[in-house]
Amino acid sequence: MSTVSVRDVTVAFEAVQVFDGLSLDIEEGEFIVLLGPSGCGKSTLLNAIAGLLDVAEGQIWINGKNVTWEEPKDRGIAMVFQSYALYPRMSVRENMSFGLRMAKTPRPEIEKRVTKAAELLQITPLLDRRPDQLSGGQRQRVAIGRALVRDAAVFLFDEPLSNLDAKLRNELRVEIKRLHARLGKTTMVYVTHDQIEALTLADRIVVMKEQKIQQIGTPDEIYHRPANLFVAGFVGSPQMNFIKGRLENTGEGLSFLAGDRRLSLSGYQFATAPSAGQEVVLGVRPENLEISSTGIWPGFKVDIVEPMGADTVIWCSDGMGSVQVRTSGSRRASPGESMTLNIDPAQVSLFAADSGERL
Amino acid sequence: MSAAVPQGRRPRHLTAGRIGVYAFLITAALFFMLPLWIMVVTSLKPMEEIRLGNILALPAAMTFEAWTKAWSSACTGLECNGISVGFWNSVRILIPSVILSIVAGAINGYALSFWRVKGANVMFGILLLGAFIPYQVFLYPLVRIFSLTGIYNSLTCIVLVHVIFGLPTMTLLFRNYYAGLPIELFKAARIDGGGFWTIFFRVILPMSTPILVVATILQVTGIWNDFIFGLTFAGRQNLPMTVQLNNIVNSTQGERAYNVDMAATMLAALVPLVVYFVSGRWFVRGIAAGAVKG
Repeated sequence: MSTVSVRDVTVAFEAVQVFDGLSLDIEEGEFIVLLGPSGCGKSTLLNAIAGLLDVAEGQIWINGKNVTWEEPKDRGIAMVFQSYALYPRMSVRENMSFGLRMAKTPRPEIEKRVTKAAELLQITPLLDRRPDQLSGGQRQRVAIGRALVRDAAVFLFDEPLSNLDAKLRNELRVEIKRLHARLGKTTMVYVTHDQIEALTLADRIVVMKEQKIQQIGTPDEIYHRPANLFVAGFVGSPQMNFIKGRLENTGEGLSFLAGDRRLSLSGYQFATAPSAGQEVVLGVRPENLEISSTGIWPGFKVDIVEPMGADTVIWCSDGMGSVQVRTSGSRRASPGESMTLNIDPAQVSLFAADSGERL
Repeated sequence: MSAAVPQGRRPRHLTAGRIGVYAFLITAALFFMLPLWIMVVTSLKPMEEIRLGNILALPAAMTFEAWTKAWSSACTGLECNGISVGFWNSVRILIPSVILSIVAGAINGYALSFWRVKGANVMFGILLLGAFIPYQVFLYPLVRIFSLTGIYNSLTCIVLVHVIFGLPTMTLLFRNYYAGLPIELFKAARIDGGGFWTIFFRVILPMSTPILVVATILQVTGIWNDFIFGLTFAGRQNLPMTVQLNNIVNSTQGERAYNVDMAATMLAALVPLVVYFVSGRWFVRGIAAGAVKG
């Protein structure tokens, strides 16, 4: 059974209609990440699930109940915001217990839940401080704690780590993942524009662009079998290489052809039936390009070398354009050096040039 | 490692430009201080000394007689009870007017910026329009309306007028301040189960201290200094201090008692003066905020 079900939803947002009938089903205990560039509608969708934006058409179901017109507090959700949104004039303890006090929960129960959440997040010593006496990381912990005490079935995160510096972001990211594992059956919906957060946290990623869902899939599927050119280009850093060309029938089946570069596609699993002569875009991730003297594409020259510690990214080009190659960190190369590349056809993606959809 | 030694010539602190700036500032300060100085020294002189005409000179025989007279026995027409009557009238008008207009403005601003009521922008537009139309336009229609409802010339009437005319400015002030607060705070409170009033009193109001101070300053000085509304709507029993002062200054028979007039004026200006001095920093902010209104 799904905990959150968004059915044909359209949201009226400041006189603009958003989504035009968007649907999404989220399973119980699942960690879903809504990923996309700013303005893609991911936060709008989260706010609609939370009940902070009115749904113009369609329905939202949470835990088997139609909550389309329920108040946010009655939806069984908790939410964590990018700016922490702690009440500045209340202590940490008061911040965490505010919702429970609103709901007239008995005092001992409030005390119990706050203590438990504080221990889980290691913020017990901070309970009597005020938000302005806390660091950014501590504030976000408190905000998570405030969500935790609500005992909600669904947690909503709206870019919770975007205001933190890189080191803290990594720390808290791991902590959120651990929290999800410890809570067991709690569903989490997490909005971010950071693909690393999406790939590391999600059970399933929902990639969005211009208020439309581009692809729903496990991090593995999103990364290795992107549904279209947008997803392929948005996820992955350094970016996937795109090479324009066309399909051609050769003796051993279909081949990809770009200038005098050729790649036999015998090992490639087509999603839709291809036709010879079709204009296509070949997508290949930098780590799937191999520098090898026995490779099939000779004649590349090194432009720029970017050492990144664990690995090295080499930009190289032939007459037709440049590609990025990711090799081990110990690999050295110097600009001007010529090299030959090898490609495994099982590791590439093919897209139709006109629609951008995966073939 | 050795400590860094500053290189080059030490910059000079006193330049010709600096001196010019200070000269200008001091002159300007003296110029604006002059009226206050004349008022203070004149109010402390007996009439004989004033007749000599040295208006800038310190009083030779300092006396507070004029102040006592201005407060308790100066004549406004036939009555000779001084300006104290007006003072207490002004206080009685001021307190409810300030409190009610700020409360109404804060609630308006809160509703407009957080709750996105249907037609909020139209509402706000109409309120803004109200802030830009000259008050005089409203005087006669309001007199008619209040006459018909039977509250014309009463304390209720003048307080109501101050609340009505304070509403556009106060709403604008609070709306703009609340627009600067993170909307996520409001969302968090919604999810925590707060309603319209709970969120206002428990989350938003505790964060409003700066703007409450500014609003109080604006309203206290504005309402205390009001003349035309007091004259038109308050009725003879409730004439505020400003109107009383005008009556004292204009109704003297025979020789003008400059010292009493000056003392009465100082007394009438006392409340705004105290507000200015106590709240300097905040007051500047209040002016800046009010600048939108013009």
